[in-house]
Amino acid sequence: MLANLINGISLGSVYAIIALGYTMVYGIAKMLNFAHGDVIMVGGYIAFCSIAYLGWPPALAVLAAVVVCTMLGIVIERLAYKPLRNATSLAVLITAIGVSYFLQNAALLIWTSNTKVFPNIFANLPGLTLGDMQIAPVTLITVLANIVIMVALTLFTGKTKMGKAMRAVSEDKGAATLMGINVNRTISLTFAIGSGLAAIAGVLLCTAYPTLMPTTGAMPGIKAFTAAVFGGIGSIPGAMLGGILLGVIEIFGKAYISTQLSDAIVFSVLIIVLLVKPTGLLGRKVNEKV
Amino acid sequence: MDKLKNLKKSTKVSFLNYGLVVVFFIVVTALANTGHLTNSFKGQLIPIVSYIIMALALNLVVGISGELSLGHAGFMSVGAFSGVVVSMTTANSIADGGVRLLLSIVIGALLAGIVGVIIGIPVLRLNGDYLAIVTLAFGEIIKNVMNCLYVGVDGAGLHMSFKDAASMGMAADGKVLINGPMGATGVQKLSTFTGGIILLLLVLVVIQNLVNSRTGRAIMAIRDNRIAAEASGVPVTKHKLIAFVTSAAMAGAAGALYALNYSTIAPKKFDFNTSILILVFVVLGGIGNMTGSIIAAALLTILPEMLRKFADYRMLIYAIVLIVVMLTTNNEKIRAFLRGLGKKNKDTEVKEGAANE
Amino acid sequence: MSEKQQTPVLETSHLGIDFGGLTAVDEFNIKIAPTEIKGLIGPNGAGKTTIFNLLTKVYQPSRGTIVLDGKDTRNMSPVQVNHAGIARTFQNIRLFDKLTVEENVKIGLHEHISYGMFSGIFRLPGYWKEEKKAHEKALSLLDIFGMADQADVRADSLPYGAQRRLEIVRALATEPKLLLLDEPAAGMNPSETEELMNNIKKIRDEFQIAVMLIEHDMNLVMGICENIVVVNFGKIIAEGTPTMIQNNPQVIEAYLGSSKKEA
Repeated sequence: MLANLINGISLGSVYAIIALGYTMVYGIAKMLNFAHGDVIMVGGYIAFCSIAYLGWPPALAVLAAVVVCTMLGIVIERLAYKPLRNATSLAVLITAIGVSYFLQNAALLIWTSNTKVFPNIFANLPGLTLGDMQIAPVTLITVLANIVIMVALTLFTGKTKMGKAMRAVSEDKGAATLMGINVNRTISLTFAIGSGLAAIAGVLLCTAYPTLMPTTGAMPGIKAFTAAVFGGIGSIPGAMLGGILLGVIEIFGKAYISTQLSDAIVFSVLIIVLLVKPTGLLGRKVNEKV
Repeated sequence: MDKLKNLKKSTKVSFLNYGLVVVFFIVVTALANTGHLTNSFKGQLIPIVSYIIMALALNLVVGISGELSLGHAGFMSVGAFSGVVVSMTTANSIADGGVRLLLSIVIGALLAGIVGVIIGIPVLRLNGDYLAIVTLAFGEIIKNVMNCLYVGVDGAGLHMSFKDAASMGMAADGKVLINGPMGATGVQKLSTFTGGIILLLLVLVVIQNLVNSRTGRAIMAIRDNRIAAEASGVPVTKHKLIAFVTSAAMAGAAGALYALNYSTIAPKKFDFNTSILILVFVVLGGIGNMTGSIIAAALLTILPEMLRKFADYRMLIYAIVLIVVMLTTNNEKIRAFLRGLGKKNKDTEVKEGAANE
Repeated sequence: MSEKQQTPVLETSHLGIDFGGLTAVDEFNIKIAPTEIKGLIGPNGAGKTTIFNLLTKVYQPSRGTIVLDGKDTRNMSPVQVNHAGIARTFQNIRLFDKLTVEENVKIGLHEHISYGMFSGIFRLPGYWKEEKKAHEKALSLLDIFGMADQADVRADSLPYGAQRRLEIVRALATEPKLLLLDEPAAGMNPSETEELMNNIKKIRDEFQIAVMLIEHDMNLVMGICENIVVVNFGKIIAEGTPTMIQNNPQVIEAYLGSSKKEA
């Protein structure tokens, strides 16, 4: 029971970190960035290559993954999404899917479809023993990373000038422009942060579930997106809450109901929550003016 | 001649689409009969027709009803596997393959329609991106459930289980029809190109006549302005549901047609990527534009085949093509240029017309 | 056509709504006679459109009752309210942009076209008969505003004034007992407004319905309304004939005086 809960929180923390990226991008650009999950995969591969081929220490590998993904996020936004700022949301969605296909197939060409076994980069760190239960270091670090990121992001959007600009842009682009905020740079920054987080999530995900393939990011991406919607898309604490709940539900569903049907359980809970609270757990209701 | 001119624009477009399908059928049949079709292309014919039907069905939801569905492959899946079960259970009782195909398609459409009602009633109250994400979730649920579904038949009738084949408790002579993630094996290929074309024409008739009727008008009015539609006395949920369920049933029919073209069919064929693939057809063909859906679905199903010589690069090229097309078709400057071009053509037409008089 | 002793087509009592802690409309009590033209005026933000939204159930009232033609609309949805006899136009035009002018009117006729989905799909005789009837009806309604020749034009390509007129035609097509017009003359020039005034009267006389209109153009309001209700801060501050309203010191202070409009 407790072990399941801890596993759930650990998996949920990974979802939460990914969901934070989704939710920030959605909040500011009002787009469903389906390529986000594939940025996770790229982050995983960069870290893997740094360790396995270049023999870099894990910390440096993580840094490399974050740097590459941040740049990737900025480039994707600049090339594929920025030209569509005034297009329909469906056009942006399809483009995001195109980017997702592109990343997956580029990864397929570079790294082939052979599964890579991700090294346990936290193997030397001590775990935690609670009674007769062992908590793996990766679990501890994942949860810790999640908390740190969440606090940092809350402070960033609440206290710093750039963070406030971000909130302003997500409220009203036109008004933000009039107030002298550089909307393009703000959106670019959001993508950069979101993608950097995706890299961290990628490393944590691959350490906990050490198989790496070009499609590794797809399913966690969709689930994290669900988590973001679950918690109320656009809301930072919502993404956090949604992610952790999703992870816990998934692990408990696997343990007590059915391993095979765990995805169905996760998505069913999402649907029920949305039907009861159509804007997610912590989402705001927006009324249409008549 | 005058009568032809007086036809409404929508009627002209409808007949253009019927013509397009009939011409496609005639050309392909002629090429096949004269031995000009490669085997790989022949093998693509029924998938092409199925995907065209899928694209038309999804366009009814996305283009006409204005709601984004990201889970249409789920309905295709329901239609596919119920169609397979029907075709396999009737193998001994009905001799005529055509009748069995028809029955499979009808049952497939019916069951997918019922699932559409079950999903549609709660879900269609949501708006925009939230509706999209819930349809995505339902698509994943259907895939997941299908992955765990075991169906078998013996002397006592149909058996079902969500655990494994053994727990269905069939008699010794029992036969497993759907085997969890393995899907259905040993399916008799009942689908024919002609059958597919007839189904496609029927789907076109239903969609186009629906759109140009009282019900279709109401659906489009809700898309354009929900509040004004309500104030004009048009019930919203009912009409959204009509569009959604009709679309689901058509997707089910397409699924049955598709599945009965293969000897083996697995649930993972109908995943999120398939839903997206169909959405891509709809968007590239033009939202709400049925002619566009037909052409886009046909071309984009053939395209990966044609790119086969690029081997590993083909999906990469596909992705780039997709992005570039989206960027160019949504570019303000290019759009303005195309509009200008269209206008110029019209102007010259008018001038030429005047000169001729 | 002053208020006679007959059953009103609409009667509200103690109608009100709160948004959060803010009372937007309160103690709104009116009666509209079956063929009356009533004006609803008041400064910006007085709650006029909110009152329309309450009457048509876009908003659910927080308190009070609305009785339409003897029926309490308490449990009705906007659609049911329309079927019961209220049609409206919108301050910010809400047309079905991608449909043609004729199709927009046919949406108004929706409830009065009686063939089912299957007749439509399989083009049964009912479809042809009813569509022909609807087509003729739509054109005759459009003709009130001389718009029949624009029947095949897409609604969003109409000029602004024509879009407002089309909204009225669409509302009229639902065969209402009470027509609510939200700033019908907004954005129109004086001659267009003049024509609109005549048409509103014509509609009332021809269809024998009641009209309530929100309008800032005082020439129009004073010119055609038999009765005027003035609201400020969500409450009725005066009610009466145009002459009475023009001479009401409270109104002049709250509204006419402050906005410096020629009454």
